[in-house]
Amino acid sequence: MSLDAYQDRILDHYKRPRNFGALDGATVTARDTNVVCGDDIVMHLKVADGGTIEDIRFQGRGCTIATAAASLLTEALKGKTVEDALRVDQPFMEAQVRVPLNAARTKCMMLSAHVLQLALGKGEKGKF
Amino acid sequence: MQTAAVDFVKVRADFPILKRTAHGKPLTFLDSAATSQKPHQVIDATSTFYAKHNANVHRALYELGEEATREYEGARERIAAFIHAKTAEEIVFTRGTTESINTVAYGWGVKGSISKGDRILGTVMEHHSNHVPWHFVKDLKGAELAYVDMHDDGTLKMEDYDTLLTKQTRMVAVTQSSNVLGTINDVREIAKRAHEVGALCLVDAAQSVPHMPVDVQALGCDFLAFSGHKMLGPTGIGVLWGRKELLDGMEPLHGGGEMIREVHLGWAKWNEVPAKFEGGTPNMGGVVGLGAAVDYLNALGMENVRAHEKALTRHALEILGGMKGVRLFGPKDIERRGGVVSFDLEGIHPHDVASILDVEGICVRSGQHCAQPLMERLDVPATSRASFYVYTTAEEIDRLAAGILKVQQVFA
Repeated sequence: MSLDAYQDRILDHYKRPRNFGALDGATVTARDTNVVCGDDIVMHLKVADGGTIEDIRFQGRGCTIATAAASLLTEALKGKTVEDALRVDQPFMEAQVRVPLNAARTKCMMLSAHVLQLALGKGEKGKF
Repeated sequence: MQTAAVDFVKVRADFPILKRTAHGKPLTFLDSAATSQKPHQVIDATSTFYAKHNANVHRALYELGEEATREYEGARERIAAFIHAKTAEEIVFTRGTTESINTVAYGWGVKGSISKGDRILGTVMEHHSNHVPWHFVKDLKGAELAYVDMHDDGTLKMEDYDTLLTKQTRMVAVTQSSNVLGTINDVREIAKRAHEVGALCLVDAAQSVPHMPVDVQALGCDFLAFSGHKMLGPTGIGVLWGRKELLDGMEPLHGGGEMIREVHLGWAKWNEVPAKFEGGTPNMGGVVGLGAAVDYLNALGMENVRAHEKALTRHALEILGGMKGVRLFGPKDIERRGGVVSFDLEGIHPHDVASILDVEGICVRSGQHCAQPLMERLDVPATSRASFYVYTTAEEIDRLAAGILKVQQVFA
């Protein structure tokens, strides 16, 4: 890895995460941890009847990459559909984060995507 | 033989890996508590064994087989002398500290005389390998587990120990030196008090045998476990030392070849100690390499190794302790701590610390260090950790300090 991962855009999302905090009226919520480091992410979604994600917020504590990735993910999904959210995978996350990461830090990036899937009933808690 | 003074800078020339770079910078390896680097003497001894003496030990009648057995058993004798075991039979070769502790938890605990309500006493600062094997004894035999707490400076609460050390206590399992805090526990006193209530004492010596003189007779403990790869030796080889009479009374963890006296359809009789615990063809190259590592450490002198690491730790505590936004864990008293310095940078996640230091060629560990209960006790998700060994220099610690400043600049 190089210092490129710590560019201003990423540090900005770490220091001032978007859509951070509890979500009143959330329809689904999920939480999981990265056992390697103890990073802990909660995702809240407010899904309308038609399947549109009206609002999405996150809570928890994580490293720069885990936090910035969660922040970018919430930005990308607001107003999108559950179907879109279910398609979130590693290439999608890489397209949001856009910095070079080694294998260990790729896991940091994927924590919020995993918790998102849990909230949507996919994947298994504790299996990250 | 111990020399009065050792030129530890010269020692570096023995370690081939220290010549390489990382990200174009000199390799600054500050993760020896996880695994140590290997001198060419150890690499060569292992390779020479396979090139010249390889045959299965204890079995072959031909000369080559006898050579292999001599190499293997010769190493056992030198390792026994290194920790002052009474006889070489008290040295059982295992895969490492983890397997050593599991061997006791199984052979003495699960298959032994432990019954419901018997207490096994640990501490909050143990490595997972000195927690989980005892969970098995709890789950399978109904043993009760209790843990001695520590003061905020990372030293054990001995008054807490006295309270928890009930007459029902059968085993006290304690680390001699914490892999996170560096704390050196007074295991001699801990073992003495354990014996007063009729309990045994197992010492996790994974972080002590590599770094200081360890004498099992002086410590007065009953079992001692350590790993080869943390003391300049190869991976996959470790030691369980136990008092002969205790090993004699224990059931083996692995059934197979070499650990038996006789085998029939449906039943078998065990071999003598230590063969009883070494079922299957052993890690012969590993044992020979560990023997070479012990020779290397003996040539340096363990008192000198300890003195070198004390000086490095003092330097690290001074320089890092004086930096803004750096929180240090563990005792301040250099006499009571080994060469392990865990730290936290205010507002910066340990993963980010390790990733940015890596760009500078500096290897530190960040995470929970296989000590999740201790992280919970410290109320931190994780820490960063720098750890030292014979090849570490004060200049490398200065490089770490400069690296920390860079990390802080990224987040400024």
